[in-house]
Amino acid sequence: MRVDVHVTLKPGVLDPQGRAIGHALGALGFDGVGEVRVGKVIRLELADGTPPDRVDEMCRALLANTVIENYRVELPA
Amino acid sequence: MRTAVIVFPGSNCDRDVGVALERATGRRPDMVWHTDTDLPDGTAAVAVPGGFSYGDYLRSGAVAARSPVMRAVADAAARGLPVLGVCNGFQVLTEAGLLPGALMRNRGLNYVCRPVALTVGDARSPFLSAYRAGEAVTVPVAHNDGSYYADDEMLDRLEGEGRVAFRYAEPVNGSARSIAGIVGGPHGNVLGMMPHPERAAEPAHGNTDGARLFQGLLAAIA
Repeated sequence: MRVDVHVTLKPGVLDPQGRAIGHALGALGFDGVGEVRVGKVIRLELADGTPPDRVDEMCRALLANTVIENYRVELPA
Repeated sequence: MRTAVIVFPGSNCDRDVGVALERATGRRPDMVWHTDTDLPDGTAAVAVPGGFSYGDYLRSGAVAARSPVMRAVADAAARGLPVLGVCNGFQVLTEAGLLPGALMRNRGLNYVCRPVALTVGDARSPFLSAYRAGEAVTVPVAHNDGSYYADDEMLDRLEGEGRVAFRYAEPVNGSARSIAGIVGGPHGNVLGMMPHPERAAEPAHGNTDGARLFQGLLAAIA
């Protein structure tokens, strides 16, 4: 089964990459772009029936640094 | 004095910090590969060097922090053994949970590589025994992800407990409260810092402000 883990910076944590992207969009003439924040998606192929708790453990053990990041696990529908 | 330098795939300051340790202690450090599960018997101090361990994949230091040898380093740190993490080594120590906070992308998005002015903090640590609190020193930095982050509560705690080892005395990377290095462990024995003391460790470097860190370590634990 395929599981997507979405990792995003916590609110309030400075994201200089996002800011640079926002500036670049403005320079391209895209008006009205507010705050831009960059995250990542980690796509995992897991054995069918892997319990959600196990995925959560993976997130806390390695995939996200919970000092600075939040994560959201998207399980197959 | 027997010391150890941890080597990960992608470490690139391991030899430099090894030379600095050898100059101070008179003994060549053991180079310990990341897959080892123990430190050599009699190891009195450990250095986690700079570089780009595991290509900085996922997050700087994240994969190295979970390598087998880090369990031994964590056990040693908990027993009070001096552990120094420089640059990527600092990132590894935070990712391993041996020091609080995280190192984020530099605020200006530029890789910063130059000597920077630092102020020595009031932290008590065997690594700082040859410095005075408030002293001005210059040590080079070379990093992309050096902006120290911790929440306000943790920053207050670090300052309140006297755990700030070095602060930048000039704008460098956007670090919270200008923090360049912090200490942890039961006796301030774990030091993480972004500047490279091993690159300011002998006259040929043009600056020896970093040498005292290694000399102080020797004096403190000899």
